Amino acid sequence: MEDFIKVENVSFQYVSDVEDEPTVPVNVLKNISMEIKRGEFVALLGHNGCGKSTMAKLLNAMLLPQQGKVTIDGLDTSDEEKCYDIRKTVGLVLQNPDNQLVASIVEEDVAFGPENLGVDPKEIRIRVDEALKAVDMYEYRTHAPFKLSGGQKQRVAIAGIIAMQPKCLVLDEPTAMLDPKGRDEVIATIKKLNKENGITIVLITHYMDEAVQADRVIVMNDGAVLVQGEPHEVFSQVELLKRHRLDVPQATELMYRLRGRGFFSGVEQAQLPLDSDECVAVIDRIFKQKQAEE
Amino acid sequence: MNIIETEDLSFVYGQGTPFEKKANDKLNIQIKEGEFIGIIGHTGSGKSTLVQMLNGLIKPTSGTVKLCGEDIWAAPKEIRKIRFKVGLVFQYPEYQLFEETVEKDIAYGPGNMGLSDEEIQQRVRLAARFAGLKDELLKKSPFDLSGGEKRRAAIAGVIAMDPDVLILDEPTAGLDPSGRDVLLAQIKQYHDERKNTVLLVSHSMEDIARTADRILVMNKGRAAMLEDTQTVFSRGDELEKMGLRVPQVTKVMSRLREMGYNLPSGILTVEQAANELQNLLGKR
Repeated sequence: MEDFIKVENVSFQYVSDVEDEPTVPVNVLKNISMEIKRGEFVALLGHNGCGKSTMAKLLNAMLLPQQGKVTIDGLDTSDEEKCYDIRKTVGLVLQNPDNQLVASIVEEDVAFGPENLGVDPKEIRIRVDEALKAVDMYEYRTHAPFKLSGGQKQRVAIAGIIAMQPKCLVLDEPTAMLDPKGRDEVIATIKKLNKENGITIVLITHYMDEAVQADRVIVMNDGAVLVQGEPHEVFSQVELLKRHRLDVPQATELMYRLRGRGFFSGVEQAQLPLDSDECVAVIDRIFKQKQAEE
Repeated sequence: MNIIETEDLSFVYGQGTPFEKKANDKLNIQIKEGEFIGIIGHTGSGKSTLVQMLNGLIKPTSGTVKLCGEDIWAAPKEIRKIRFKVGLVFQYPEYQLFEETVEKDIAYGPGNMGLSDEEIQQRVRLAARFAGLKDELLKKSPFDLSGGEKRRAAIAGVIAMDPDVLILDEPTAGLDPSGRDVLLAQIKQYHDERKNTVLLVSHSMEDIARTADRILVMNKGRAAMLEDTQTVFSRGDELEKMGLRVPQVTKVMSRLREMGYNLPSGILTVEQAANELQNLLGKR
C-alpha cells in the first residue's frame, strides 16, 4: 500500500497572543514523522497535551507546519492553492457533536457541506441519502438533530463529512461524550466506512478498547512518536504505556498481572489478549491444557 | 438516615407544548448519608435533570426532593442554602473558571456564604489539598494550568463550599487514562476522609465499578435499579438492553462462569479477577 499521509520532520509551537504576558512559546510537536497508508485504520494515542489534536489539525490544513512538511495524497498542505482540495480529501470530526451540527433537520445538515462545495442539487440528494445510509441514520433524515441521542448526533456529523466524499476521516475523540451504546455505534460506523468504502481512518482516542480495533496504533508522547505497531505489539508493552499516562484494556491487564504472578507463562507477552473474547479463549485454553496434563 | 429522598419526583420539559417530554418520571429513591452512589444511564435517560433537581437548580414539575427529611422547596426563598449543602460539579467544569488566580476562583463559592476571610482561606487550602492541587498552583492564573489541573481547580471550587452532598457529572470525560485514575482516587479519598455523600454520574462503567457502593441505573426517565454495585453489574443482559455495558473484566469473568468455571458473579476489578483466577489455578 502506498503512503496516503506523510508527515516529515514536523515541528509546531504555540505562542501566547495575550498582550502584557511573557511569551513563552510551547513546543507541541518536535520534529515528528509518521506515515499512514491508503485505506489504513490507525489509532492515535497519547496523554492530554501530547500534541494529538495539533496533529489532527495539521492533517487537513487547519494548521500549517512551521518546520517540516505534511503531504496528503501527494498534496503539500502548505500550498495555499491546494487548501480546498486538501479539506475535501480529509474530513475532520470533533469531540462534541453539538458543535458540529448546523441545520434544524438531519438531511439539511448533511447537505450543508456538499452545498458549499457547489455540488449539483441532484447529486447532493444522492450523496445525502448515501451518507445517511452509510452511518445507518437514513430513517432519521427528516428528524431534528437536537432530539437525537449523542451517538446518533455524532453519526449525523460523520455523515455530513462523508457527503463531501473525503478519502480520509480524522476523528478527534469522537466518543468522549457518548454513552456506551453510542460509543459502540460510532466505532462500528467508522470500521464499516473503512472496510466497505475504503476510507482511511485516523482515530484519536483515550479509550484503549477502541484503539485495539485499529490496524495500527501510533502512540505519541511529548510531541514525538513513542512507539507504533500492530495493536498486539503496542499493547504488550504494558509498563511503557503506563509510564506515559496511558493504559491497556482490562483483558490485557488481567493476563499481564497473572503472568506477573507466575501463571499463564505459556502465553507470549506479544500475544496478550486485547478484548474479552480473546481473554476468555486464552484462559479456557490454558485451563484445559492444565487439566490434560494432570 | 436518608440524606436524600425523593417522592414521585417528576420533571417535564416544555409542559403544555407539542414538545412535551418527561425527563424524570415518578422517581422514588433513597440515598443514605455517607454513601458513594454511581449514576449510569443512556444519553437522555434523565441523569442530568435529576441531579439538577437534587440541588434545587430546577424545580420539580411534581413530587418532592427531601434533604435530611425536609422538602427543599418548602421555603423557595431559602433555596440558595440548599445549593451550598448539595454541591454540583457540571460536565467540563473548567469552562466555568473565571478568576485571576486559582486561589480566588476556589474562594468564590465560600465567599458568597458570608464566612470570615480566615475561614475562607482555610477552606481554600483544604479544598485544594482534597483536589490534589499543589500550593504553588494557587497563585497562578487558572488558564495557565493543564487540562487535568483546570478540572481539579473547578472541582475544588465546589468542595470549598463544604457540601454535605457532592455531585459530579462526568468528571473524567476527555481526560487521559492516568488523569482519570488520579482524579477518581482523589474523589474517593475525599469521600473516605470527609465521610460525606458523593453522587458520581459517568458513562464509564469501569470508573463506576471501582468507586461506587451502590448504583442508580436510569432508563428512559425512570429509576430502573438502585442496588449495590456487584448486584447491578451481575445483571449484564438487562444493562445491555438499556444501552449500557458491564466493565470488560466483569464480562470476561461472567463468560467463564457461564462456561462452567467455578467463579463468583459480579467481579468488578482486574485485581479481584486476578485473585479469583489465581485461586482456581492453585498456588504452586
